[in-house]
Amino acid sequence: MTEEAKKMSCEEFQAQLADLIGSGVDVSNHPHLKSCPTCRALLADLETIAEAARQLLPIEEQPKEDLWDRIESAIREEEEEGPDATK
Amino acid sequence: MPRSSTPKRAEETPISGGAPEVDNGVAIPLATVSFPPTPTQPVEDDVLARAQAGDHQAFAELYARHKRRIYSLCLRMVNNVAEAEDLTQEAFLQLHRKIATFRGDSAFSTWLHRLAVNVVLMHLRKKGLALTSLDEAMEPTHDEGPGRSFGTPDLMLSGSIDRLALERAVADLPAGYRLIFVLHDIEGYEHNEIAAMLDCSIGNSKSQLHKARLKLRDALRTSQRREGQG
Repeated sequence: MTEEAKKMSCEEFQAQLADLIGSGVDVSNHPHLKSCPTCRALLADLETIAEAARQLLPIEEQPKEDLWDRIESAIREEEEEGPDATK
Repeated sequence: MPRSSTPKRAEETPISGGAPEVDNGVAIPLATVSFPPTPTQPVEDDVLARAQAGDHQAFAELYARHKRRIYSLCLRMVNNVAEAEDLTQEAFLQLHRKIATFRGDSAFSTWLHRLAVNVVLMHLRKKGLALTSLDEAMEPTHDEGPGRSFGTPDLMLSGSIDRLALERAVADLPAGYRLIFVLHDIEGYEHNEIAAMLDCSIGNSKSQLHKARLKLRDALRTSQRREGQG
């Protein structure tokens, strides 16, 4: 990136972020960031959020115990009614 | 903390036409995606084969193995326990109707996951929530435009984010933002897949994800500031 990228305003840089983050492009080397701590902070935060989200496991809560009973009962009902019942 | 119960989509196997659609007469376009292969699990294969042959006990076992992941997906997408349970029920009912059509082109967990996503999206469409909130999310607002000041370095999030704080912040997102964030950043769908599922452009998907992350950043910084004061 060039002189033009260095001169880029925060507004212009931030408008590109939706495309840049996660695109595989190393945004951290963007010339605008060298002189802009605000956008550096923003980028670091958004990358931290994306990374934290990737690490989230399925929630620990389980569905209620009786959910299987409801499913089983609905399956039986459908089977008794025949294949057309779901159409 | 590595995700262990179901591999990230990027670690899963190719989908080639066998992906499920919801059984309600409205087709949801399903994008073709490619992943490196994953070793299959003989035990899972056996249970799956028995369930496909109509063995109720095997189907119950599949439910026991996958219920947490599917319920978690539903709950994150709709942020309502009762709705999430109803959607989990509907997803497994759909699974029961369609399990014989699973051809093994993808990992079973990937196939089931996509089926559940489609069930939730259809539910949201019926409620009108997704489309409304997606439209709203695409509307530029005075506080979300690119010209906004995003804060100074001293207000940066600390290096790690508390999991519970993130969960809370995601749950508090407006429905449209939450949908995109859950699908992309948590569940690992690509923008082209999300665009196909939601019938929006890839650019919209990217833009909404960006706005969702900005909202999360605000919420998390507020939360960290409160903790710092407390």
